[in-house]
Amino acid sequence: MRMAQPRPDAVFAPWDDPSETPLIQFKNVTKRFGDFTAIDDLTLDIYAREFFALLGPSGCGKTTLMRMLAGFETPTEGTILLDGVDIGPVPPNERPVNMMFQSYALFPHLTVWENIAFGLKRSDMPKDQIGDRVERMLKLTQLGKFAKRKPHQISGGQRQRVALARSLAKAPKLLLLDEPLGALDKKLRHETQFELMDIQESTGTTFVIVTHDQEEAMTVASRVAVMVDGNLAQVATPDQIYEAPTSAYVADFIGDVNLIEGAVEAGSTGTDVAIKWSATEEPIKATSDTPPPAASTVQFAIRPEKVAISSEKPDAANVMEGKILDIAYLGNISTYHVEVAPGLIVKAQATNTRRISRRNLTWEDHVYLSWTDTAGVVLTE
Amino acid sequence: MKRRLLIALPYAWLLIFFLVPFGIVLKISLSDIALAIPPYVPTMKDGFWTMLSGLDLENYAFIGAGAVVAAFAAVALCVVMFNIVYPRVRRALVPDTPNGFFDTAAAALTALAVALVNVAVIVGVLALLLPQLRAFVDIPDFLYFAAYLSSLKIAIISTFFTLLIGYPIAYGMARAPEHWRPTLLMLVILPFWTSFLIRVYAWIGILSTEGYLNQFLLGLGVISEPLTILNTNAAVYVGIVYTYLPFMVLPIYAALEKMDDSLVEAAEDLGCTALSAFWLITAPLSKPGVIAGCFLVFIPTLGEFVIPSLLGGSDTVMIGKVLWEEFFNNRDWPVASAVAVMLLLILIVPIVLFQRNQQIEREADR
Repeated sequence: MRMAQPRPDAVFAPWDDPSETPLIQFKNVTKRFGDFTAIDDLTLDIYAREFFALLGPSGCGKTTLMRMLAGFETPTEGTILLDGVDIGPVPPNERPVNMMFQSYALFPHLTVWENIAFGLKRSDMPKDQIGDRVERMLKLTQLGKFAKRKPHQISGGQRQRVALARSLAKAPKLLLLDEPLGALDKKLRHETQFELMDIQESTGTTFVIVTHDQEEAMTVASRVAVMVDGNLAQVATPDQIYEAPTSAYVADFIGDVNLIEGAVEAGSTGTDVAIKWSATEEPIKATSDTPPPAASTVQFAIRPEKVAISSEKPDAANVMEGKILDIAYLGNISTYHVEVAPGLIVKAQATNTRRISRRNLTWEDHVYLSWTDTAGVVLTE
Repeated sequence: MKRRLLIALPYAWLLIFFLVPFGIVLKISLSDIALAIPPYVPTMKDGFWTMLSGLDLENYAFIGAGAVVAAFAAVALCVVMFNIVYPRVRRALVPDTPNGFFDTAAAALTALAVALVNVAVIVGVLALLLPQLRAFVDIPDFLYFAAYLSSLKIAIISTFFTLLIGYPIAYGMARAPEHWRPTLLMLVILPFWTSFLIRVYAWIGILSTEGYLNQFLLGLGVISEPLTILNTNAAVYVGIVYTYLPFMVLPIYAALEKMDDSLVEAAEDLGCTALSAFWLITAPLSKPGVIAGCFLVFIPTLGEFVIPSLLGGSDTVMIGKVLWEEFFNNRDWPVASAVAVMLLLILIVPIVLFQRNQQIEREADR
């Protein structure tokens, strides 16, 4: 799902390096609108050259967080540091931060060229260098042919690139992208995600992107912050978020997941955890780095693609018996909804390596689901 | 075919009801005053051909229509040269995207040269034509020409003041919280619920020597003796600005309301202060609304009659008032008709410009 960062020499992970100083530091930031708390005592570090994604449902406070970085909102409490400087009292026009708006906010009375040059003309850049800079931005975003057009004379994808070029033109320390690809259709969005990553790589700018599209966040970001109700649910790399969510909320929000509630059985040793989820069935065997105490209630989370499905009983750590209720055929994969106990449905995903007529599983079939003891995670929240 | 017929019907209706009264007025303006009923000769009673041969232009000569037409032609020439010829010639001569200092300087010089040639052409044409037109331009009675000029002056000044007051109102409305806007809009429209005449009369009560304004100011001790406001041009300006304010506010509000708020934020994000963001983004984007509002105020103000006759004094000369006096006090229908026809001709220019502006706006929306 995610492209590896093209850095063969070293993994880009400044957040693991204690000697690195963050570019942006949110320190106990709270933002209230009247009675409504949009951001609740939030602390977060973002490092230079990062492509940082703020992910969450609408109303979770991700846009407010971004608007505070741009300077359109001021925190009610707490401080925001950029390069170690408190940017609270700095107005938007004096911040080394530029923003790409969700609506693109292109100036309709100016041409593409003038739109890109707009910020440069307000800066102290000498006049003769502005032309070169604009040309470079046009080349970067492949807009050379459209320089003289007005925004309403170009397509949605081109407008998106103009907005990007305009916000990058002043070479900001930090670029904020508010749902930058929301208005594009799916195919164009996928292409543009990779373009965005290339541009972020080549310019070395720190990007902070706000999105509600988890696939987009996973694709482009070096780290993802999942937000819920003004709080950070988890901040981690996309693979950690997906493979090792710290809460049932994150596990459920990112991708598809089976959540099975149960109680921890006594007598577990080391990292092994056995979860009693039904009075009659075998407990689920799982592992956890921090095993929860016996008898505590936990959620066992496992991704459908890690559950194997077969008509004969396999030899695995966890095996469940059930009946196929539903099959969602998606072309490359199929998702089977299997009822393993009254009211408990577990989803299993299988890659369709054979053509449909050769497959033997169908509705009402009696099947076995199986997974290893390390396939899922044990969640206490 | 059927559809065309259907559309043709109301248009024919409108055309007839414009053309017939206009034809009658035009005919009267070409007649001579007489002590008769109706108060002009010749009429249809003399027979159609006798009537036609009896028509002449002497009323137009009397009111100085030649001068009006000449001034009018000069203005039209200037507008055409600078609105149509100048940008086209400049576009043809100057490259679109200047590269470097030399090109920019060359472009500026070319533009200046084209502008100078333009002015030279205008001056040349006028200089050539004026001596020939001297007889034509000769004004027997300066009153009418002065009334046209004074109407123009009052219309321009009051349009300016209406804009000055109307823009901030429209801006405030467009920036007000969403749930307040319908109420504010209602408040702007509310005066239309009462008669225009009564509202103008109300101003007499406010502005007169014993009026509320003077009482208020005297009460405050700001002034020691009442100000004379009523029956001066100042009162006329107050009346016009008050009456036509909604016509200025509504189109500007429509233009501002449609504007995306994030545009101003984007401008500030790119380094503009609040003030420069206004001049660089908000002002140009509300221009169509400003132009529409100005025309909506300017066009009716030019022929305004009620406000100057109620609030103005004897020194307030406006063509609408002159027209009224010619018609009802002097009972000189032919001269009054000639004044009306000239007024219509003068109004055609701003009306055409207004239509052009609306057209451009519609095309920009698409």
